[in-house]
Amino acid sequence: MKKIIAYTEDELEKQLKENQEYKFGFTTDIESEVIPIGLDEDVVRLISSKKNEPQWLLDFRLKAFAYWKTMVEKKWAHVDYPKIDFQSISYYAAPKEKVDVNWEDVDPELKATMDKLGISMDEQKSLSGVAVDFVMDSVSVKTSFKEKLGELGIIFCSFSEAVHDHPELVKQYLGTVVPSTDNFYAALNSAVFSDGSFCYIPKGVRCPMELSTYFRINEANTGQFERTLLVADEDSYVSYLEGCTAPMRDENQLHAAVVELISLDGAEIKYSTVQNWYPGNKEGVGGIYNFVTKRGICHTGSKISWTQVETGSAITWKYPSCILKGDNSIGEFFSVAVTNNHQQADTGTKMIHLGKNTKSTVISKGISAGFSNNSYRGLIQINKNATNARNFTQCDSLLMGDKCGAHTFPYIEVKNSTAKIEHEATTSKIGEDQLFYCNQRGISTEKAINLIVNGYCKDVLNQLPMEFAVEAQKLLEISLEGSVG
Amino acid sequence: MIKELTKKDMLIESLNELDFSNEPQFALDLRANAKSALENLEFPTSKTEYWKYTRIGKIINRTYGIQHEPSNSNIDISSYLIPELDANIIVLVNGFYREDLSKIETENGIKISSLKSVISQSDSFIKDHLGEIAKVENELFIALNTLCFTDGVYIDLDKNAVIEKPIHIINITNSNNLISNTRTIVKAHDNSSVKILESFVNLQGNESFTNNVSEIFMNPNSQVEYNKIQNKEGESYQISTEQVYQRKDSNFTINTITLQGTLVRNNLNIEVQGEGCETNLNGIYLGKDKNHIDNHTIVDHIKPNCNSNEVYKGVLDDNSVGVFNGKVFVRPDAQKTNAYQQNNNILLNDNAVINSKPELEIYANDVKCSHGSTTGQLDKEAIFYLQARGVSKKTATNMMINAFVKDATDNISIPALKNYIDTKIDTRFGNKN
Repeated sequence: MKKIIAYTEDELEKQLKENQEYKFGFTTDIESEVIPIGLDEDVVRLISSKKNEPQWLLDFRLKAFAYWKTMVEKKWAHVDYPKIDFQSISYYAAPKEKVDVNWEDVDPELKATMDKLGISMDEQKSLSGVAVDFVMDSVSVKTSFKEKLGELGIIFCSFSEAVHDHPELVKQYLGTVVPSTDNFYAALNSAVFSDGSFCYIPKGVRCPMELSTYFRINEANTGQFERTLLVADEDSYVSYLEGCTAPMRDENQLHAAVVELISLDGAEIKYSTVQNWYPGNKEGVGGIYNFVTKRGICHTGSKISWTQVETGSAITWKYPSCILKGDNSIGEFFSVAVTNNHQQADTGTKMIHLGKNTKSTVISKGISAGFSNNSYRGLIQINKNATNARNFTQCDSLLMGDKCGAHTFPYIEVKNSTAKIEHEATTSKIGEDQLFYCNQRGISTEKAINLIVNGYCKDVLNQLPMEFAVEAQKLLEISLEGSVG
Repeated sequence: MIKELTKKDMLIESLNELDFSNEPQFALDLRANAKSALENLEFPTSKTEYWKYTRIGKIINRTYGIQHEPSNSNIDISSYLIPELDANIIVLVNGFYREDLSKIETENGIKISSLKSVISQSDSFIKDHLGEIAKVENELFIALNTLCFTDGVYIDLDKNAVIEKPIHIINITNSNNLISNTRTIVKAHDNSSVKILESFVNLQGNESFTNNVSEIFMNPNSQVEYNKIQNKEGESYQISTEQVYQRKDSNFTINTITLQGTLVRNNLNIEVQGEGCETNLNGIYLGKDKNHIDNHTIVDHIKPNCNSNEVYKGVLDDNSVGVFNGKVFVRPDAQKTNAYQQNNNILLNDNAVINSKPELEIYANDVKCSHGSTTGQLDKEAIFYLQARGVSKKTATNMMINAFVKDATDNISIPALKNYIDTKIDTRFGNKN
């Protein structure tokens, strides 16, 4: 077991001031149970047996693994990274100490970590009314507000719990939106996913609070493979928040999550993400590889809205998508992606219009600074039977510094004559006259840039729940610090 | 062991019959180089991003004949001329220059010749620059053209030559199942200016494949306007590539007008290698029946202070498919670039498809780049307005389409040509009942 001393707040602050490096870069001292590195069928079976999984889930994993072995990693994304050695990763890590449902019994180390993240359970409980399903290295440690949600029939638990307690629901929906054969990383995730969150909102229920999960990657060399499955039954509503922070590591860590959303007739899902994983240092060493597959399916009259603020990760490869299957369904995508130093991001969305009168809106704001590359890649597909489909896409890019890149790769495929598609994109830098105006009124250049960037991102930040909006604004500031020169 | 012949091998095999042995060494080297490049290139598939929306099965799943030397069949070219246009006429039939049908008046400052003749004379510019910007390593169809272009046109402009009279190149196919490869070279010397128009037509010429490549070299402060009119009837295939190299303060305009064609693919690759350049790309594509019209453009801004402007308009009817893929690169040093891309489409039929992919790849920060792409219908209220004034719905619709398309013909600076295109649009989407 490695022993790394956790920082005190003061020390952390001091270090932050010194080099403005990653805010949440610390390691928690918990003994983890890590299975040896490497990946073969036995590892898949081992993960499954460790989690006491039923046969059907093991079959699902094995099928995915068999398919994954036949796949090759695709290189179309506008990102560049060394080839990942999948045999040098450990595919499972679980905190060793048995966790009791009782909050008092939770490992004090973990509590301290959560405090540092600013998501102390007590505080969360009393102040914000947010139920947190806290995921520390793949295994759920504590779920709060469970009873309160239980009264309404809402199921919000870790994925492994759901497999045991609600196998029928998991079995019915798992892999229906993101099939295990979907893409290289989705197949890998399907084979080796460790844990994640499961959420079910029953018919006609409006979830009274924002549901949220915090992910952390905490064990060196442990790829984290989360799986989230969210089902909103007819006419229900849920707002789900996902926030991510991870400790500082020198070696690249792989994160390949899968998120599946099912929005049944008349339901609405709002899925918000703030992603602030370790982006690597100023020279581009280290950082998280974030290869995520997120997709939702909309049935008749339903709606899915993705909002994301992406500031972290060395490489982001992520396209939260909506399949607008039902008539009159709505898909939305709001994104702010910030890249600084040597970060690379290739992110965007796919809107697949299948049903009649389907609508989609895409607002993407990219900010690149330093030596980074930031790409928007989006697909708008109007299929033959999608009469009266409507799409509006706007993607703006802001360039700060002359060593970075901003790219736009939209794909627009229309097979129906009644479709109305609008796409526009702009790329520019912050206007010198705007900065001058601020300077003239006594606002420093750095502050002025923050102000302008915040205004530029307002369309997206406004979509976030209040607590997240505050955090997101802070993140933008931190991410862009030092990029003005 | 017998090596199984691939479609590529078969195509190359059939072209082997062409005899270039009496060409000078530099041309032979060029062709040999193309042949070795071909070995490393494969026909694009749906996995090839550059060809994502265009399947070339129609082109490659058949065998073609080739014409070995110019024929002397009499062809009436009058119907291919642009009415009221006083131009130098160059006629190419099935890939060969036809002196008897062409009408070139010698003028000061310009030389118009058949490419074959200047190659055999080992013209110094051709010797040094032929194939310089149309690189065989990158694209199979360029390599194919380089391997076996039979003839073409060489337009050589002297320093300060301002040529008023347009040059009209008529590319005719009059034989079935024929493959023809032509090459056009334009050399625009300092401060020169020229207007060129190249039309592609067929007389019978069913199931024939035209693969043409143009290389346009632009010296400082030169101006070239290139108009390309594609109007091949029946079953016809064309892959057309324009490689342009722009130096300081040059101004290049291209208007690509595709009136019809079973499978048309246009590759425009413009390298802006000098400051203060202007580049205009305009296009109209009118798809009908099972037409597949694919326009690919790449504008590569390498130097600062340049402008580029791109407007493509498409109207797609019946089962036709339109593709627009415009790419703008702004290299790290190309500060103060203004680049604009616009693509508007109207689908007239539920079986028609449009795939639009306007792309920006930007590595410099002090730039203004934007693009817009729309697909939609005609404004119902505008049609209602016209109907309320006694205009029939059909006429009103045609008037609207007419206005939509003609937006992009405004950039044609040859009045006779503009009229000709407008008339073509009128016949297609008639103003009259």
